[in-house]
Amino acid sequence: MSIGHTLLGLLESGPRHGYDLKRVFDEKFGHDRPLHYGQVYSTMSRLLKNGLVVVDGIEAGDGPERKRYAITEAGITDVERWLTTPEKPEPYLQSTLYTKVVLALLTHRNAADVLDIQRAEHLRSMRILTDRKRKGDLADQLICDHALFHLEADLRWLELTAARLDRLREAVTR
Amino acid sequence: MTAPVPGALLTAENLRKTYGPTVALDGAGLSLHPGEIVAVMGPSGSGKSTLLHCLAGIVTPDSGSITYDGHELTAMSDSRRSALRRSEFGFVFQFGQLVPELTCVENVALPLRLNGTPRKEAERTALAWMERLEVADLRGKRPGEVSGGQGQRVAVARALVTGPRVLFADEPTGALDSLNGERVMELLTEAARSSNAAVVLVTHEARVAAYSDREIVVRDGKSRDMERAV
Amino acid sequence: MSAHWEDLPARAQSRAREGVRDLFMGVRFACTGGREGWTRMLLTAVGVGLGVALLLLTAAVPNVLAARHQREEARLNYTYSQENVPRADNTLVIADADTSYHGKDIRGRLVEPEGPRAPLAPGLTKYPALGEMVVSPALRELLASEDGKLLRERLPYRVVGTIGESGLIGPRELAYYAGAENLAARINGWQAARITEFGDPDPTSEPKDPVLLLLVTVVFVVLLMPVAVFIGAAVRFGGEQRDRRLAALRLVGSDIWMTRRIAAGEALAGALLGLVFGTVFFLIGRQFAGSVEVLGISVFPGYLDPSPVLAALVAVAVPAAAVLVTLLALRKVAIEPLGVVRTAKPPRRRLWWRLLLPLGGLVLLYPMLGQGRTHGPFNQFLVVCGVALLLVGVTALLPWVVETVVARLGGGGVSWQLAVRRLQLNSGTAARLVNGIAVAVAGAIALQMLFTGVESDYIRHSENDLLRAQMQVNVPEGVPLAAAAEKLSATRGVRQAIALSGTDAGDRPWNDERPPDPLVQVTIGDCDSLRQVARLPSCRDGDVFTLKGADHESADADTAKLAEPGRRLHLNASAEEPARQAVWTVPAGLKSARSVKDPTGVRRGGFLLTPAAAPAKLLSQGGGAVFLRIDPSVPDAPEHVRNTAARVDPLTVTTLWSSSERTKQFASLRTGTLIGSICVLLLIGASLLVSQLEQLRERKKLLAALVAFGTRRRTLSLSVLWQTAVPVALGLLLASAVGLALGAVLLGMANTPVAVDWGNVLAMAGIGAGVVLAVTLLSLPPLLRLMRPDGLRTE
Repeated sequence: MSIGHTLLGLLESGPRHGYDLKRVFDEKFGHDRPLHYGQVYSTMSRLLKNGLVVVDGIEAGDGPERKRYAITEAGITDVERWLTTPEKPEPYLQSTLYTKVVLALLTHRNAADVLDIQRAEHLRSMRILTDRKRKGDLADQLICDHALFHLEADLRWLELTAARLDRLREAVTR
Repeated sequence: MTAPVPGALLTAENLRKTYGPTVALDGAGLSLHPGEIVAVMGPSGSGKSTLLHCLAGIVTPDSGSITYDGHELTAMSDSRRSALRRSEFGFVFQFGQLVPELTCVENVALPLRLNGTPRKEAERTALAWMERLEVADLRGKRPGEVSGGQGQRVAVARALVTGPRVLFADEPTGALDSLNGERVMELLTEAARSSNAAVVLVTHEARVAAYSDREIVVRDGKSRDMERAV
Repeated sequence: MSAHWEDLPARAQSRAREGVRDLFMGVRFACTGGREGWTRMLLTAVGVGLGVALLLLTAAVPNVLAARHQREEARLNYTYSQENVPRADNTLVIADADTSYHGKDIRGRLVEPEGPRAPLAPGLTKYPALGEMVVSPALRELLASEDGKLLRERLPYRVVGTIGESGLIGPRELAYYAGAENLAARINGWQAARITEFGDPDPTSEPKDPVLLLLVTVVFVVLLMPVAVFIGAAVRFGGEQRDRRLAALRLVGSDIWMTRRIAAGEALAGALLGLVFGTVFFLIGRQFAGSVEVLGISVFPGYLDPSPVLAALVAVAVPAAAVLVTLLALRKVAIEPLGVVRTAKPPRRRLWWRLLLPLGGLVLLYPMLGQGRTHGPFNQFLVVCGVALLLVGVTALLPWVVETVVARLGGGGVSWQLAVRRLQLNSGTAARLVNGIAVAVAGAIALQMLFTGVESDYIRHSENDLLRAQMQVNVPEGVPLAAAAEKLSATRGVRQAIALSGTDAGDRPWNDERPPDPLVQVTIGDCDSLRQVARLPSCRDGDVFTLKGADHESADADTAKLAEPGRRLHLNASAEEPARQAVWTVPAGLKSARSVKDPTGVRRGGFLLTPAAAPAKLLSQGGGAVFLRIDPSVPDAPEHVRNTAARVDPLTVTTLWSSSERTKQFASLRTGTLIGSICVLLLIGASLLVSQLEQLRERKKLLAALVAFGTRRRTLSLSVLWQTAVPVALGLLLASAVGLALGAVLLGMANTPVAVDWGNVLAMAGIGAGVVLAVTLLSLPPLLRLMRPDGLRTE
């Protein structure tokens, strides 16, 4: 996730202080990992350097955190471009799981066990997410669903691999 | 394969079942404790539905034992097993289970009526269950007039109306989209937990299985208890 | 497409071509639809075939009747002539010598040609000489068989030839012509006559009784209506499966009209094959008909020749009806690409036009009420239309009745609820299935009523006292009675022979201007025989008794008036020939006797004469009746009696008594109807079974699910029973009502008091109910098989 673009987007509704930005970001996006203030500061100075924001005013007091930022025209254009550019789908070609399975096969360990243990772990995570989803609000549900669908995809891969284990063993031990 | 688990409500061991040349079960087993939700997973054709049919006493295995509440299911007569299914078990299938000419409330009341409950009383209880599953407004409609998700909720209400100790669900969301499927699963597990019914949930979808407490995987007619695998 | 807009003729042409192509596609689907397709097609074809065979048979019946009638008339020897034909070289003396053997009638004639130009009977090439006979093939067979041993004694003539087909009305008819001599002496104006030609001198084209004709007409309508309903049902066999196939066709892009044409093609294929089957069934049946005899009637296969117009009508009407029924059925079904949708909520059925049909029938029949048999034949057209409308009314009313009643049903157990709800959702199918049975039962009830009602006219309720005598031999004039009685009493199996002859006694000879008045009965017999007629105080040969207590009101007074000793009475007073009259003087010492019922159930009046008291002239004339008491334990006793009687004289007439005698024609009609109704009901039962099984197969998955959650098999089986029983019960009720109404109207037309034979109504309803039960029982094994959990498996 691009923190810079997210913060820029938050500024579109009006100028904000750095602290204000962190608070809104945490509330809306930072469920798992709240933003460090240092991250906000470094990001904002990079945006300032690129001319995507300007300092709208400085309140009396000490410390740079008192700066109020406003978005520039270039900043709005940049947010627009980010939103309309699709994310690059990431193929996990060299995933750790694949490595583990192949390694198990090469060392004549039980690869099915590797897969099944992983499978059980995946399902355990899915159970926790499902539980959380049931208790949470709509935002929780959507975020959990995203994770659930990803886990489900992994799980499907695990099942498929389990079904093709014999062929895979032939291929890697040849 | 597995020793009988103390405190289990339903235990099956070493089940074997063939349909002609096809081996459906080859030493499968399962144990179910009161009130717990167990998912039976596996690829299609792996024998998970047959396992459910055997556990519920619909199909008699060729060999192996099934103990329900201390009684050997395979030794029971057909009529005793039918009576058991009427009073102790509930069923939800993928589709085609509601009687098309009966109204929804009549469908839900059907198991009670099969047990001899008078019509009025049966339909009153049925309506209470339909309210819990949020389909009370469909009471006068026929199954052909309701959506798939609504129909499955009616089916869940029907499965739970007798207060069964075990609910058998075979791909209950198989014909539904994920939104409707999730709603059905939420209502099903909630209702089952609140009435302390154990659930055997056959599914090939991990997201549906995630509503369970633990899962069993069936492959080539053999079962694997994943909790013990970990 | 739009480019062709202007080119209308070409468009029409291509459209016609498309239509034909779709029809052929349907035909091909019917033929190549795999095993199920073939089964369906065969079922339809056999069903339609049976119907067609019945239709062809019916179309042939007028021909059969006409041909039989023609031959019957052509060979008639009219013996009732009052004219005195003089002997010439073109005359033939012929006498009826009919007999019966083991319950079968034998037509017998004694012939004596009086010159070379004597008329030759049809089927004969020359007359047999004295002691010889010409026989029908069936009689030749019978005489040659072991079974015909006793008959050979009765017909002691040498067989010299065979009667040709033109002289017989059926291939199994038993008939003979035997040569005789001195027949001229036996000419009596009824049994023997001198003729110059064969055939009815006064031929009629419609010789039949109008009421009998009405019966025949109604029988055909009543038997054919269910056949029509059945054909309608037969072309719909396997309809659901076909609808699914059509839906698949819609998915790949055929439009509604294409699917309809394809469906029509399928129906057409079944109906056409049905026509072929029907023709084959009919031809087989026709050959078969030549070799069997039903109720004493056999028919030459050649007679069973449907008139070409009627046959053509069948050939056109059946396929047309098949297509029409299919299209009508499809009208209510929307075949969409993704499946078959029955139009969601069919409008409630209306009553008024349904009532119009039976009411219209009643209106047509109404004018003929009270017509009876005295006002000439009934208007056949009105009868057929009226009866048909009433019966069609059943098929129109039944769906309404089922819908209305079923909508009000409720309560009851689970099986009842399942059945009732199913009927409520789709009462049309149920009603359609039952229609055939309802029509058949309604018609049969009406017919049975008509039969029972007019039965009295066709059954001679005999007063014969079966305890005193079981056979009667009428000895013709010229044959001494006493000798005949002696021979008969000596016959095996005869316990007692009572010989009585009789005449009349008047106060003066017969004279056209002044007939004798009073005229009383005279009975002559020995003391034992006379005791069968009256309670005699004492009896010696030579006694004369006067009778009191006669059935005839004025007989006692008339007897008293004439019973003056010394008065001369004229016997045989009513005989035409004066030479046969005798004068008898009333003797002194008359005894009085109380009349009792004689063996024929009559209390006689007049005088009883012992042989010694009777004028010798009278006794020498011979003739009279011998009543015989038979030992039932002696096998074939009646045949022995007939043999003796034939030996006494070939012209004796022997009758075996029974408590009532049913006119044969009538009996065969009645039995025919019963057999016909049963066949029709069985046919319909078969179609019920087929559609029942089809319905069950459709519900395989649901049945398995219901069993899974613990539904008892009994509950499901019962629900299947209710599902059939409820509409059938309603159908039978309606059928009974319509049948009774129709029966009452028909009886009114025959001018016979209306009486309901509830036994018959119950019997017909019972047969209908039996069919339902049988259908349910037969569908149970597949139902139980369908309820196995395999149905839950989706793979």
